[in-house]
Amino acid sequence: MRAVIVDDSRAMRRIVGRILGDAGYEISEAGDGLEALAVLEGLESPPELACVDWNMPVMDGLTFITEVRKRPEWRSITLMMVTTESEQDRIVRALAAGAHEYLIKPFTGEAMLEKLDLLGLLPTSTGV
Amino acid sequence: MTIGTQAFAFVRELVRAESAIVLETGKEYLVESRLVPLARAAGHPDVDAYVADLSKRRTPAALKQVVEALTTNETSWFRDSDPFTALRQSVFPALAKTRSNRTIRIWAGACSSGQEPYSIVMTALDTPELAGWRVEVVATDLSDEMLDRARKGEYSQLEVNRGLPATTMVRHFERSGLSWRINQSIRDRVEFRHLNLTRPLPPMGRFDVVFLRNVLIYFDLPTKRDVLKRVRQVMAPDGHLFLGAAEMTMGVDDAWERVPAGRSSVYRIREEQRTCVP
Ligand SMILES: C[S@@+](CC[C@H](N)C(=O)[O-])C[C@H]1O[C@@H](n2cnc3c(N)ncnc32)[C@H](O)[C@@H]1O
Repeated sequence: MRAVIVDDSRAMRRIVGRILGDAGYEISEAGDGLEALAVLEGLESPPELACVDWNMPVMDGLTFITEVRKRPEWRSITLMMVTTESEQDRIVRALAAGAHEYLIKPFTGEAMLEKLDLLGLLPTSTGV
Repeated sequence: MTIGTQAFAFVRELVRAESAIVLETGKEYLVESRLVPLARAAGHPDVDAYVADLSKRRTPAALKQVVEALTTNETSWFRDSDPFTALRQSVFPALAKTRSNRTIRIWAGACSSGQEPYSIVMTALDTPELAGWRVEVVATDLSDEMLDRARKGEYSQLEVNRGLPATTMVRHFERSGLSWRINQSIRDRVEFRHLNLTRPLPPMGRFDVVFLRNVLIYFDLPTKRDVLKRVRQVMAPDGHLFLGAAEMTMGVDDAWERVPAGRSSVYRIREEQRTCVP
């Protein structure tokens, strides 16, 4: 399984990369939405998962998600917002834009794996 | 420092007598770390002094606090996900075909802070076959502290992150300050009660589904056997029992058989054991 981590914080990309890497994912990274679109263009086939921060320079996560949803060839990508934004209407907006899941920072590795399990995207175990 | 042998022995006996939880040698560190806050709150310099005092006075409230401090309350929303998928896809639809009173009764027997019974209610609401049905959930636990939290239905950010799908969260929860509160309509469907699994069960009626997850693991074999036997007495003959991933009935109470349900499995009372208990 492959994942793209979109976050302007290198530290955060490393943390998420570690968790996903341990779960068996191959990782690509991008520091903002626009860069992430370029990463997706560059891949031969779309990754299974994208973890997307909300607040980033150049192109924010919500715009990125909206852009990805416009492209039929990327329909299979599961989009998970991973952000400190925790207001209810934010979550509603992200879901309306096409995010499949929403994980609020700070989170534990376990919480992220539980989200992946919900999405049926946990390759190493079934969670049972 | 770690807890002294005598203090450990006292705590071990107390916890075993009150909850059947087995604290093996080697768990000294766990006992120490769980009791330090209680010792401090009671003004004792260390756990040994606190336990020595406790064993002298035996104040019921203080003893209860110690037992509660040593239970593990770890839980999450839709824990392990598969059991809840099995509920929605096979168990609930099967019950919907056989229950003429359009009522399903469920018991969550070690509900901790409430995530499990609330997840059951949300799953029932997501099951088309149960539209318009009455779903009664009785949720019980040994810990009054956990039961209070469960009744309140208020969860921290970290807790809602754990296993709760975002769509479910925005649908069934309201933000309140820094935490999230599950909606009244869901809270109203669960009745929380204190219940010690190691004692004879109070009158509760019959259940179609029982969740007894991640609690048997703390008990010794005879206790597990007694508990499973008592569960049979409150279970509808064609009822479904869910255990934790590390728990099973085999070799414990063989009146149960394990049957696959989706990617999960449930335990059912064997046909020949389904004598109608009054
Ligand atoms: C690890 S939690 C499991 C919670 C939930 N069933 C789950 O699977 O997520 C174990 C719970 O069992 C409760 N417990 C321990 N001993 C018990 C007893 N003798 N009777 C009733 N509940 C007990 C604890 O208070 C704790 O809330």
